[in-house]
Parts: sequence; structure tokens; C-alpha cells
Amino acid sequence: MTFFEIVRGPLAWVSFLIFFLGLVYNLYNFFKKAKKDKILYGYFSFKHTIRSYLFWLLPFGSYSMRQRPLFTAISYVFHVGLLLTPIFFLGHIELWKESWGISWWALPNIVSDFLTVLTIICGVILLLRRFLVKDVKYLSTPVDYALLVLVILVFLTGFLARYQLVFTYQVIAGLHILLGEVMLIFIPFTKLSHIFYFWLIRAHTASEFGAVRRSKDY
Amino acid sequence: MEGFVRKPVFDIGIDKTIERLDKQKIKRAIERVLNEEATVRFKIFLETCMRCGMCSESCHHYLSHDRDPSYAPASKVKLTLGDLIAKKGKIEKADLKRYARIAFTECNLCRRCTQFCPFGIDIAYLISLVRRLCGVLGVAPQFIQDQVYSHMSSYNMLWFKQDEWIDTIQWIEDELRYEIKNARIPLGKKDADILLLIHGLEAKYMTPLLSNMLKIMLASGVDFTLPDTDGWDYTNKSLYMHDFETMTLVTKRHYEIASKLRVKRILITECGHAYRAALYESARLLGWKEAPIPFIHAVEFFYEILVQGKIKIAHKVKEKATLQDPCNIVRYRGLGPKLRFIVRQLCEDFVEMTPNQEYNYCCSSGGGMVDAGPPWKGARIEGGKVKIEQIKETGASLVIAPCHTCHKGIEDLIEHYKVDAHVKFLADLIAEHMEIPERLRP
Repeated sequence: MTFFEIVRGPLAWVSFLIFFLGLVYNLYNFFKKAKKDKILYGYFSFKHTIRSYLFWLLPFGSYSMRQRPLFTAISYVFHVGLLLTPIFFLGHIELWKESWGISWWALPNIVSDFLTVLTIICGVILLLRRFLVKDVKYLSTPVDYALLVLVILVFLTGFLARYQLVFTYQVIAGLHILLGEVMLIFIPFTKLSHIFYFWLIRAHTASEFGAVRRSKDY
Repeated sequence: MEGFVRKPVFDIGIDKTIERLDKQKIKRAIERVLNEEATVRFKIFLETCMRCGMCSESCHHYLSHDRDPSYAPASKVKLTLGDLIAKKGKIEKADLKRYARIAFTECNLCRRCTQFCPFGIDIAYLISLVRRLCGVLGVAPQFIQDQVYSHMSSYNMLWFKQDEWIDTIQWIEDELRYEIKNARIPLGKKDADILLLIHGLEAKYMTPLLSNMLKIMLASGVDFTLPDTDGWDYTNKSLYMHDFETMTLVTKRHYEIASKLRVKRILITECGHAYRAALYESARLLGWKEAPIPFIHAVEFFYEILVQGKIKIAHKVKEKATLQDPCNIVRYRGLGPKLRFIVRQLCEDFVEMTPNQEYNYCCSSGGGMVDAGPPWKGARIEGGKVKIEQIKETGASLVIAPCHTCHKGIEDLIEHYKVDAHVKFLADLIAEHMEIPERLRP
């Protein structure tokens, strides 16, 4: 088996499996431990949770985001690119079709290219921000830099693989897939877990601020 | 600790207690607070913080200290719990001292940062865990500890004795008769509509304020009573130390008096922390989902009697006025609109601070910082730079502060920064500007 075949085959299975199992384990653990906390379940308010999700997912929906327009814009584009491109990039869908025969709507190539480049640029700006902005630099730990570099590399290798630049397709695409898999495995066990903890913490804070404190959390 | 530079401050409650501690005691306290009491929130809050710095600019301490990164909310967590976890709980006495300083004197628990965090991480919860840890070890500003001990022994914050309380009310009643015909202040009357609880300071040092509040009660003609036993003081300073045992003891006492006297509602005067504590913080700890007997703040009461026309404003305040939104009643309970209704009824020229309502900056004295006493006065004066700028910007000469802590805090800020303004309570303003009904005039 070549390097490409390994990352395309067994390693893909392994990474998806670890990702989903890690996710389920984390959530199970959370919901089990949350029972001990009298506040989490007892005060959950669906209405306020939805309200909070909306205001925080819409660009510039929250007061906090409006106070920091530049950072919000960069971070927003970064996250949109991060979520849309892997799922709706035509090349990825082709791979799903090849393996499992399933396919779905894809972004036009020009759009996904554009999004990829934007994501890389925004990622680099966020990385520079960690180095240059005083309070963020003070807060950042090596892990924070490393995770950001990993994400940027996944997108960079992806872009290079698409245009088959620098290396041959097999090498660069293999590297891209490998890094993607590493990222996927890291999600449940590192700070990348904010992908799903976002929903849980927001629900708690929204319920507290909305139902108990009759105030706003956005 | 890197980047953490502070002028040394000596506080007996912190420095002397730490001397008496040993590693074993500290280890046991960490075990108890972080492993047994802290819930899953503690873990996921710490895990989820992406260190993006969105919270930094929400904090008045950070802004007031020329954006010193060690004052940013996330940094305060990093310097306390983050440090504790990195050291696997094996902390030195110097570490504990730093934790206490950060948790008690550099954070007001105003929760403005929670509103600014994209995840809604409750940073104040994390800082309160640090306070709890220090509190369990008895490491807290001496002045806060003293008030908590007073609560334990007398249910009020100032070692006030029961006979002194009854005597105080009786002489206030006597004096009120100059202004209100046959003024009668009931103590321990059964089946009244409202049980009025008051602030310890009002009984001991600020009796004119109490007298004004009682005047409003009498003029509005509501059926009320005050307790005739210990437990008349609604303050609950144990909240600041996160001494949940004393905190629930005090709250339970208040609801017990109310149910013994069979009143319909409990009313407190202008205070922040006690409202939050009794309404939900300690009510929850006692196992009540909500307050068992309606618990209302003076702002809600003033709003109600103004709307119902029970009192009338005779002449409005002429000078330019601005309003301080106390975190504990606005960000913590949404009383902002009612507060504005009262102020608009009272003042001709009212200007808002920016930002206001739930986004308002803390006065930098809340969350126990004013109660930490003289050693820490400098800390709150420094942290209040943003607040005083806000007040200066409005150009108002009257600052209305419906909270004892905000009142004292802003008074000190005005004096220190030499601003031409003064602070007033709502009760003082209303009593001064309301109409005493014909039938009550002596």
C-alpha cells in the first residue's frame, strides 16, 4: 500500500471513528456530570437559548461583535470557510462518490477556491494577531499557536493539491488528507472541541441571562 | 508570575491567615472546592476558552489600567485556576496570596465579560471558585471576614444588637412625626402586605436615608412592617466570600421571618448584592427554584407606587442628572427600564451614560471590593477610572445610584478624581421631591 492509499483508506476510517467516538464520549460525559449541577438542567430555557444562538451566529448580531468589527469580520470569514469548504468542495464530494456512491450539492469550484484562499489569509491574520496583540499574546499558550497552524496547513495543502503545485498530486494530496485526519482526531480532545461546547455553554449562559437574570447575553 | 506586577498591599485577613496554613490544609481545600463542589461547568469553561481576547475590553479593570494584559478577564483565570491546574494543585503560599488578591480585589464579578465572550463562558463563575477556595481557607480581606462573622452571630453586618435596632426605629418614628402626622412604624406586625428589610448601614450610620425610605412608605399608604427580631438586615456579605453556609443561613432567616409574619412580599431598600443573593443565588442553594415569597427591590416598589399614583412628585429635580445602572439589579435582573421610568419622573434633565443598561460598566466597588475595606481602596479607585470618565462625559452634576455599593464607590471616585458632582439614592430624591398627602401633614 502506498502512503496515499493508507491515508485514503484505513486512516480515514480510524480518524472518523475516533472523532465520532470522542464526540459521543465527551457529550455523554458532559450530560452525565451536568446532572450533579443543579443549575444546568433546572434552569434550561429553550426560548432564550435559541435567541442567543441567533444573535451570536448572525454576523455582528451581538454587542460584543459590534464593538470589535475587524476581528469579528476576520474570525467570521475564517469560520465560514472552515465549515463550508470541507463539506461542499466538489473534490471532496467526488471522493465520497467514489467510495460510497453518495453525493450532494457542491460549491462551484471558483467559490470554494476563493473561500479557501480567504480562510488561509484570515487564519494567518489570526496567527499574527496572537503574536502581536498584547493581551492575546499574554493569554496564548503554545497549543493555541499549534492548533491554528495545523488548521492553516490543512487548507494550504488542500489548495496546493487542487492545483497540483510544488509536489506531485499523490504526495501533496496524501499530506492534505493526513493533516485533515489529524485535525479531525484532535477535535474532541483539544480546544477545537469548542465546536460542540459552543452550543452547550451558550445554552447555559443564555438560560441564565435570559430566564433568571432577565437580561441579555448578546 | 510573569507579567503580574502589583504594589504590595498588606491585609491581615489574607497575609496573616496564609502564614498559619500548611500544605495539607491547602490540598484539602483544593480537593473540596475543585473536585467535590465545582461541577462540569468548571472543566468545560476552562477547556473551551480559545484565548481570543474578546473579553479584555469588556473589563473596566483592564481598561482602567491602560490595557495591562494581566487585568484581562481571561488572564485573571489563567493567573489563578490556570496556574493551579498547571501546578497540579501543588501551590505555594505566595500563589494563594496572588489568587486571593486577583479574586477579591481585581474582579467585581460583574459578569460583563460573560456577555462579551463568544461562547458565553461564565468567567465570574471561575473567579468565584477561586474566592470559594480562598474563603474555605479563611483567606479573604479582613473587613469582609468581619462582616461575615457578624452575620453568623447577629444576622446583620455590623454587630448591631436587637435592642439597638428597636430603639433606632423608635427614635426615627419620633422624628418622623415632625413631618408626618401620627407616623407609625410597625415592628413585627402580622399579615401586612410588605415586609421591609433594610441595610445594616442604614440602621447604624445612614439613618437619614432610612428615615426617607420610611417616609415614602408612610406617604404611599402601603401596609408594611419591619421585623422585630434579628434578621432585619438584608445584606449578605457572605456572598462575597462565597461562604455558602452563612449565606443560606441569612437568606433562610429572611424568608422565615416573612412566613412567620404572613406577609405577601419582602421589600428591600436600594442594594445590589442582597437582591441577587436572596432572589436566586442562595435561594437555589436552599433548594428553591425561585424565591418562595416574592422578593422585590426598592426600584420595583418605587415604580409600582409611581405608576399606581400612590405618591406624586411635587417638583422635579432641576440639575442635570445621570444614572448608574447597578450590575446586581440591571445585568442580573433587568430592572433597567423601571429604573429609567422613575428617573424620568423625577428629573427634568436626564442624560444616559454610554454604555448603559445591561452593558454598563461596574462602579468598580461591587462584588465585595468596597467591603474589602481601606487596604483596597486604591484598587477600586484605580479600577474606576473608566467609570469616572463615563460620568464626566455626561456632564451631569447629579449621579443617581440605587445601590449602596455603587453609591459609596462613586462617591469615592468623585472625591479622588475631583469631579464636580454628587451622588444620591433614589429614596433621598423621592422623599425630597414628593408630595406629602394632605391627610398626613401635621
